[in-house]
Amino acid sequence: MKARVLIRPKEGILDPQGQTVERALPALGFHGASHVRIGRLVELELDDPEQLPAMCEKLLANPLIEDYEVELLGTGDSANGAP
Amino acid sequence: MKFGVVRFPGSCDEVDALLACRRFGDAELLWHGDRDLRGADAVVIPGGFSYGDYLRAGAIARFSPVMEAVAAFAADGGPVLGICNGFQVLCEAGVLPGALLPNTSLRFVCRQVDVVVENADTSFTRACARGDLLSIPGKHTTGRYYAPADDLDRMEANGQVVLRYAPGENPNGAEHDIAGVVNEAGNVMGLMPHPEHAVDPLTGSTDGGKLFESLAAREPVLA
Repeated sequence: MKARVLIRPKEGILDPQGQTVERALPALGFHGASHVRIGRLVELELDDPEQLPAMCEKLLANPLIEDYEVELLGTGDSANGAP
Repeated sequence: MKFGVVRFPGSCDEVDALLACRRFGDAELLWHGDRDLRGADAVVIPGGFSYGDYLRAGAIARFSPVMEAVAAFAADGGPVLGICNGFQVLCEAGVLPGALLPNTSLRFVCRQVDVVVENADTSFTRACARGDLLSIPGKHTTGRYYAPADDLDRMEANGQVVLRYAPGENPNGAEHDIAGVVNEAGNVMGLMPHPEHAVDPLTGSTDGGKLFESLAAREPVLA
């Protein structure tokens, strides 16, 4: 089973990385982008997807400061690259 | 009094921590694979980049064998001092409240900072007086202390905020200017600045020695 975990800073937590990117965009002529938040994407293959929530809580994310979303992508056998 | 100083792959301040401890007692290095603390009366988790600090600072180190022993030692009331990366490890392990986030500047900060002793009634600060200013070097990229607002209020009320950056000195954007905290029981402390680099007159301040002196004096004081 392939899965993706999307991890992002919790609402209300200052994200200086996102702020820096947000400030850089207008300098390149891209206007109107706001609320830029930068997180992390973890892709993995698992034998037992039921372990994924515990993996997220214990290691992949720090639930005090990060939210995460789990996306199950089915078996890895047929997928070659993006689904 | 014997200190045990933990060395992880990627630690870099363990030797300075060892030398700082030896000014006030015996000390030896503990390896990350150790499952016992070799009779240490106090444990120091030093600074550095344990296991490369991959994923999040301190996130991997908390699963090392020695950390199981440290967690059990802390649960029994043993004194544990986490410095910089050691602070991050203890927060990731849930031994200390809160988390350390990237500095608001996103830059590596490396300079002497003044911190105020907010609570001198701990095993780590009893050689100080409340309100003392300690000049200690800070050097980190991920030192912005964060805890949810309710937790911060409770920690402030309990006296768990032990060290606070002096006004205008906060190098990383930490909530409430927090530089160092203790757990609720008061036997585990974490701080971002590096007291082990401030123990010898040769390098300027010796204020950092106060923390090791406090720990070394712990047993006689309680006896």
